[in-house]
Amino acid sequence: MLVTERKPIDEIVGFLAGERSVFLLGCDGCAAASGTGGEPEILELKEELEAHGTEVVGWKVLDFLCQKALIRTSLRPYAETLERADSVVVSTCGIGIQASATVIDKAVHPACNTVSLGGIRGEWQGEERCAECGQCFLEFTAGICPLTACAKGLVNGPCGGAKDGRCEVEPEVRRCAWDVIYERLERQGRLDLLRRSPVQVKDHARMRPPSAIRGTRTWAIDMKTAEDATS
Amino acid sequence: MKLTDLFRAGKFVVTSEVAPPKGTETAEMIENAERLKPRVDAINITDQQSSVMRLGSLAASRMLKERGIEPVFQATCRDRNRIALQSDLLSAWALGIENVLCLTGDHVTLGDFPDAKAVFDLDSVSLLAAAKGLNQGSDMGGNELAGSPDFCLGAVVTPGADPVELQLIKMGKKIAAGATFFQTQAVFDPEAFARFMEGAKGFGVPVMAGIILLKSPGMARFMNQNVAGVSVPDGLIDEMADAGDRPAKSVEIAARLARDVKDLCQGVHIMPLGWEKRVPEVLEAAGL
Repeated sequence: MLVTERKPIDEIVGFLAGERSVFLLGCDGCAAASGTGGEPEILELKEELEAHGTEVVGWKVLDFLCQKALIRTSLRPYAETLERADSVVVSTCGIGIQASATVIDKAVHPACNTVSLGGIRGEWQGEERCAECGQCFLEFTAGICPLTACAKGLVNGPCGGAKDGRCEVEPEVRRCAWDVIYERLERQGRLDLLRRSPVQVKDHARMRPPSAIRGTRTWAIDMKTAEDATS
Repeated sequence: MKLTDLFRAGKFVVTSEVAPPKGTETAEMIENAERLKPRVDAINITDQQSSVMRLGSLAASRMLKERGIEPVFQATCRDRNRIALQSDLLSAWALGIENVLCLTGDHVTLGDFPDAKAVFDLDSVSLLAAAKGLNQGSDMGGNELAGSPDFCLGAVVTPGADPVELQLIKMGKKIAAGATFFQTQAVFDPEAFARFMEGAKGFGVPVMAGIILLKSPGMARFMNQNVAGVSVPDGLIDEMADAGDRPAKSVEIAARLARDVKDLCQGVHIMPLGWEKRVPEVLEAAGL
């Protein structure tokens, strides 16, 4: 389970500057449970975007947006609709956003922040990783998380340490995340995004689980289990 | 004395660097700095380079300042969070240090404490922005300072990186955040450097080309394998290998590189890596 919260509509609309039409993606898994990416929320997002003058050419709620093969097959019938969209807005956790950005080779905008669960996370295996930072950076990084893909978690561009596009820390298994981000943005003709994105500063306070989550959800179940075990 | 004042006066600026010791015996570092002093405008003091724990750059910067040597205090984000970094910057100004080079820093896994916490709370860009904020009288949180610094802020760039466009984008971000001069990673290919400068000159910010003294073919190969951001071409390694008198060849190569780049940029930064005593010869041979 990954817990998400919707970004304010103004922030999402800000991401769409210069774009006229979007395709919306939701997820019936954790995002639906969080009240951010199920069908009702996607329809709500659709209305909000339309109220701001953005055309929504189509939308889809998949079962598991963390699963790239599933995204690929599920979106096949929507290929033409997707083609017509300037970009895709994904209202899910950071993994769903990254998986979508990998499969759909165009601008993918995050509609959610994934909030910290303090280490508890979903189990679907893939190269995408979400740090649950609570301030999703994926908008500025071509849908590739700089906190997990970069060994230093750099959010303002690469360090000088990469050699031949490989990371200085684990060259045998890790490409320079910023090299991959650059490559994707260059292919999509969106390098300007790197030039105009503001100086990013991490907010570590948002990386801690909010007390609202600590008091409920998985914590509550876990604590109940612990209580039952001792009673 | 700020480096930016020298650039503004139209001077071709020459800097070099010394590394603080692992331990408290500072005599050799001071001796190296004294040797460089008559030939350079300022001396960088590295901040635990390659993530190897050493005496700090701030203390060493002050020690040089006391001897009439202009220090460039290097500050990295590897092992200090924004509280420590901002505090160190205030301390530096209180100790009379005017030039700061802001770097991200190598990862801790490259050094002698690979099990340490890699901090990177800030990075080179956000550190520059923080330092510029201090210059303007407030900390990152917007809190007003009782007395503020007026640093000359520098940054680094890797001209030989591929893709170079990504370096230029980040260079632009560093300038927007507060960088007023650049020292580059080691330059070995003047043509690639010229192409880089073609892209960088539009920024209108002074660039100092980094020159490393190659000591041996083995050292060059070691750096290629282990030192982040350094890539010595095979041609230069062969030239070192074929040389009878290696120190002389080392000086010759460094001087040649300095001569080749000096009309393309606004200064050079010589990295002697232990051969401080040869720096005057390099500058002499390069006509600097």
